[in-house]
Amino acid sequence: MAVSMRQLVRRVIRLSNRNINVTAGGVSGRSGCCWGPSSCRCFSDRNTHFGFETVPEAEKAKRVYKVFENVAQKYDIMNDAMSLGIHRLWKDALLHVMNPQPGARLLDVAGGTGDISFRFLEYVRSQQERQKRRVARTMQTPSWQDISNSYSNEDKDGPQESKAVVCDINKEMLKVGKQKADSTGISAGLSWVVGDAEELPFDDDQFDIYTIAFGIRNVTHIDQALQEALRVLKPGGRFLCLEFSKVTNPVLARLYDTYSFQVIPVLGEVIAGDWKSYQYLVESIRKFPDQEEFKSMIEDAGFYCVQYYNLTGGVVALHSGFKL
Amino acid sequence: MWLRVGKRFHRLNHRHCVLTSKAVCVQKLHGEFTENNYEGLYPGHIPTTPIQKALLAVGSGVAALQNPYRHDMVAVLGETTGHLALINLRDRMRNDPEGYTILTERPRIRLSTLDLSKMSSLPDGSFGREYLRFLEDNHVTPDTRADVKFVDNEELAYVMQRYREVHDLLHTLLGMPTNMLGEVAVKWFEAAQTGLPMCALGAVLGPLRLNASRLQSLFTSLGPWAVQNGRRARCVLSIFYERRWEQSLEDLRQELNIEPPPVILSATNKRNT
Repeated sequence: MAVSMRQLVRRVIRLSNRNINVTAGGVSGRSGCCWGPSSCRCFSDRNTHFGFETVPEAEKAKRVYKVFENVAQKYDIMNDAMSLGIHRLWKDALLHVMNPQPGARLLDVAGGTGDISFRFLEYVRSQQERQKRRVARTMQTPSWQDISNSYSNEDKDGPQESKAVVCDINKEMLKVGKQKADSTGISAGLSWVVGDAEELPFDDDQFDIYTIAFGIRNVTHIDQALQEALRVLKPGGRFLCLEFSKVTNPVLARLYDTYSFQVIPVLGEVIAGDWKSYQYLVESIRKFPDQEEFKSMIEDAGFYCVQYYNLTGGVVALHSGFKL
Repeated sequence: MWLRVGKRFHRLNHRHCVLTSKAVCVQKLHGEFTENNYEGLYPGHIPTTPIQKALLAVGSGVAALQNPYRHDMVAVLGETTGHLALINLRDRMRNDPEGYTILTERPRIRLSTLDLSKMSSLPDGSFGREYLRFLEDNHVTPDTRADVKFVDNEELAYVMQRYREVHDLLHTLLGMPTNMLGEVAVKWFEAAQTGLPMCALGAVLGPLRLNASRLQSLFTSLGPWAVQNGRRARCVLSIFYERRWEQSLEDLRQELNIEPPPVILSATNKRNT
């Protein structure tokens, strides 16, 4: 629980910045801004992108929330329709790269409908089965001493229990995820938490693995989300990010662009009755930094051994980093 | 000297602060109004390329066939396939003096624009009273019509919107309830009148969901009546209904050249189509 001095100082600076924002907001109501140029920059007059539109930073989070509130019910169907089912392969690839072992604790940020967490629990369970079978195969002729030892150690499964925490800022998405969990009967080891990726409601050094799948491009301050990821991971923990990225092959890029802008909003209108949300989706993909730039952002946040894997020709990139 | 430069710099910065803070205030206001600042020719307009329109037409057609209760898909199908028919309708409206008034004044039929208390005090048999009765018996309101999104001409978009809003009034004029048989009859009338491909599609596919006795009623009496009247009636979009609430229904029918229905259908026929 010992919080390092550097993190404490960083948090104090962040808090004081926020205070300046609040007070500068009050002051600028009058015609004078008597605190000098530096405080004006702290005042949230910065703009950011919402798809191809430019909006004030404060507004982006609200609009993103509304988008996902509208699409939550049809989210999974739309994913299958838009990616022709390939998104399942991407998520499976994430799990294979992650290769979690029984007892791992996962934080799935922007986890919404729970796809990654469900796969994680299944993977860990099958690993556990495999381990048990391996142990059984090697111990085919146990002695009486071994048998009595195994009886007394039966509840050793306690600390081996893997847990997945699904964290999302949007309550509708979590609701859909919970319904899915209830209907498929997966509930052991799963918890659902409402939280902001830029300000996670967890203590430091809590999780072995942090994942964020197709969520980080919707965050207003990506660097803050990366810093939070570093904070909540245990030393030795792994950061994994699945996100749409730049397609390297120019022919494929043209096809991908045509498909994105011509077909996907139409699918959104026909299946979900919402053109604009899916227009935002394809535009926000174009605004997200490419593989190398994102890699350097992750390195700047303090992760080590950062690398990325291109999936489907660069349509999706899987970035990975370690906290050491 | 440096002191003077410093002071001037500080003053410039101060002015910059004021400007940026004012700009931010304006931007904040602008931010609140972004919903009203639409990109497109009219509120709710989404510009689309020909490929997108083609895909929308196919997709919405399939969706509407699979689930006829998806009114938004029926609406999108109408918008993406109805370009020529809308031009035809608009020209017919322009050539009619009352239609021309509608195109210039652009009235909208909404609960907020209707004076319900006045309409319910009108005598029975008047158009306004019968319309109100139709709304009550069938538990519908004029506010459920989707807005036009994919028509790339502002005037044609209004014609489409008018067509949607007049649909309920047509039910009253033709005396048809909102059950499946009534809707199909109205669709046959509209297909004959407007030539919109969506109406034609609905007219062809609607009967597939009717049982045998209703099919018979449709093909022998209701159907021919609807088509004949559709062909010979005056353009129903060219009527300024909002100024004719007091007119008697019979009178209005005669003016429009519409015969009263051959079969009286009641609104309670909603059991099974």
